[in-house]
Amino acid sequence: MKPTFACEWLHSCAGCEIALVDLGEVLLELLARVEIVHFPLLMDNKYSSRAGEGDGMVLPAADLGLVSGGVASEEQRAILLAMRRSCRTLIALGTCATHGGIPALANERSQEAVRAGVFADCGPLPTQVPDCLDRVYAVDELVQPDLCVPGCPPRPETIAAAITAVLDGELPVTPAKSVCETCPARREGRATTRTARRFFDNADGNPDEELGQMRCLLEQGLMCMGPVTAGGCGGSGPPLCVRVRVPCRGCYGPVRAGGNPLLDLMNALAGQGVDRRSVVDRRSLLRFCGAHGLLRSAAGPRSPERFHGGS
Amino acid sequence: MTRVVTIEPVTRIEGHARIHIQLDAAGTVDDARVEITSLRGFEQFVIGRPAEELPRIVSRICGICPWMHHLAAARAVDGCFAVEPPPAGRLLRELCLVLAHIPDKLLHFFFLAAPDFVLGPDCDLRVRNVVGLARQEPELAAQVAHMRRLGQDMLARLGGKAVHPVAGVVGGFSRPLGRDERRQLQADAARLLDFALFALDFARERVLEQCAAADQPGQVTTGFLGTVDEHGNLRLASGRLRLMRPDGRSVDFAAADYGQHLRERSEPWSLAKTVYAESWGEGLSLDPTAPRGVYRVNTLARLNVCDRISTPRAQTELEAFRVRFGRPAQATLLHHWARLIELVYAAERVGELLADDRMLDRDVRTPSVPRAGRGVGHVEAPRGTLIHDYETDERGCITRANMIVGTTHNVAAMNLSVRDAASRLIRDGACDEAIQNRIEMALRAYDP
Repeated sequence: MKPTFACEWLHSCAGCEIALVDLGEVLLELLARVEIVHFPLLMDNKYSSRAGEGDGMVLPAADLGLVSGGVASEEQRAILLAMRRSCRTLIALGTCATHGGIPALANERSQEAVRAGVFADCGPLPTQVPDCLDRVYAVDELVQPDLCVPGCPPRPETIAAAITAVLDGELPVTPAKSVCETCPARREGRATTRTARRFFDNADGNPDEELGQMRCLLEQGLMCMGPVTAGGCGGSGPPLCVRVRVPCRGCYGPVRAGGNPLLDLMNALAGQGVDRRSVVDRRSLLRFCGAHGLLRSAAGPRSPERFHGGS
Repeated sequence: MTRVVTIEPVTRIEGHARIHIQLDAAGTVDDARVEITSLRGFEQFVIGRPAEELPRIVSRICGICPWMHHLAAARAVDGCFAVEPPPAGRLLRELCLVLAHIPDKLLHFFFLAAPDFVLGPDCDLRVRNVVGLARQEPELAAQVAHMRRLGQDMLARLGGKAVHPVAGVVGGFSRPLGRDERRQLQADAARLLDFALFALDFARERVLEQCAAADQPGQVTTGFLGTVDEHGNLRLASGRLRLMRPDGRSVDFAAADYGQHLRERSEPWSLAKTVYAESWGEGLSLDPTAPRGVYRVNTLARLNVCDRISTPRAQTELEAFRVRFGRPAQATLLHHWARLIELVYAAERVGELLADDRMLDRDVRTPSVPRAGRGVGHVEAPRGTLIHDYETDERGCITRANMIVGTTHNVAAMNLSVRDAASRLIRDGACDEAIQNRIEMALRAYDP
């Protein structure tokens, strides 16, 4: 008997699923190894009981489940709980699931304020729609996944490796290196500027030369989040964004478990001699990891940034 | 007794939606609605962000068409900061945008839609999917998977990442294209064009006749919105918007003036707004016998509004399409046919763009300075016209953002199509799995 496989998406963009499809022929081989019992993007699987009606939703039992996206509504919460109940091994796929991802930028505001703002000038607020939670949650704040595979999106080969490992009865090893440690750019240990530089012009260096000739983007004063971000995006090659000479924005989440990329990057900047007060909108450095209470609305408890004395 | 039939979730679409069908006491359809069940609030949480960061944030609106959001945002920020990219920057952006249509169309047609036609709409639901298709046509499935991946690989080479790219930046592109890189891209593009032509032939033989039936479920008569250049040619990257009435009369306008023609409205039952053609002066009505203010976007709309296509093979296909279905063509399932003609256009256009030597110029980006301003960026995404409208303060941070994505324009028409399909198919309250799927097919054509 083939192992059973389920896939769901929550507060997300479908980019993780596209990364899965980007495996190309490898995906077809993977799909042939399993029996898909629930995968609404590709198959006609319906919910047997309606989502949002308590926690009573039932999904078919699966040996392996993938869930992408964070959780922002009662309906998504019910689907996640049902997935956890029905899946023997559950993988939280992508940075929205592991850290909240870009949609958790909304956590700087109340959900009510977000809805009110979006529908301002368009008439009354929709009422017959799923109730929203108080904020955007990462998957592991609500259930315990067996494995977290971050990335926005995760590298297709990494997704395949995780699935294959589980099917073979193993849990894959996740890389512990930072983006910096996988980057060939030339470092001298000191920034060339005292003020943070916004990305209004391309990075210095001759783009026709090898990447290793380019001065480290952070040392150029560009806010590159390489030092504080989990690596692996480029496989055995250079980080993907740096390949096209664009600074890292942290899409794999913090390299340090439970780390706060904002504080960690501020420390890295201080070490380079860059004035941290020159960084505009510092909280957007938490743009991929606003769950777990890292981004909070102004009306709520003090944010970690203010707590730690950022001016 | 009245009853509600719920189809949840709508499957083999690239988003989150459900359908509610209201039946009256006699078991005939009283009303039907498509509910978009997710709202993330990008328009709100981008406020205060440095505008130059937006192309890398708003790409996450859609992981299926991240390039379109990425580049519409880059264009909108160009407008805020009043910079014009150099020719190579403009060409590289268009190349990526048009190229990104190719894997998307292959995904939708072969992986999501084709099972309904090749395996049949009433086929066992456990088989009616890409896995069933791969079992029946293994060589075809392998080839589609391979060609999709090739397109995504080309995008990754150009833009760092295929999904959630980073190379589109305010003022242009993040790095120039090398001569050797171009040579490889040209070889790959030639393979994509061959495959696009094969896909159209395959579809003509196996699928498209089923989309041509005159009395198909999902019928609706609407206007259309798309993008054309100054000569009326189809455009996917920036151009002028053309809004066509159901009778074929049309008006062209700059994207920045969209607010004079289109209006957004909330509905109690959906987290997506509804957009209608306010400039027609008839308001919005979803009355199925006499809809008002409703227009459509997406592939069929683009082929309806354009006068011609600038590439030869796609133009030949468009002419034959028009002879057969008229202009504007209204049948909802013709979206699939139009999608494949556009696939051929995209592949031809990628080849044309790569052949342009200005593409190799080392100057790809105009430096910018933050300022207070407004910018409207617009592109044609696979799912239709995409508009990003931003305002910035003097520090170059966002103060207001409005985004109208392809599927939002289609909300009104999708509701009408689903209602029509349900009314035609449901008799005496009977709505089995096969009927449910045929109703979903009317929605799936829009690729929501």
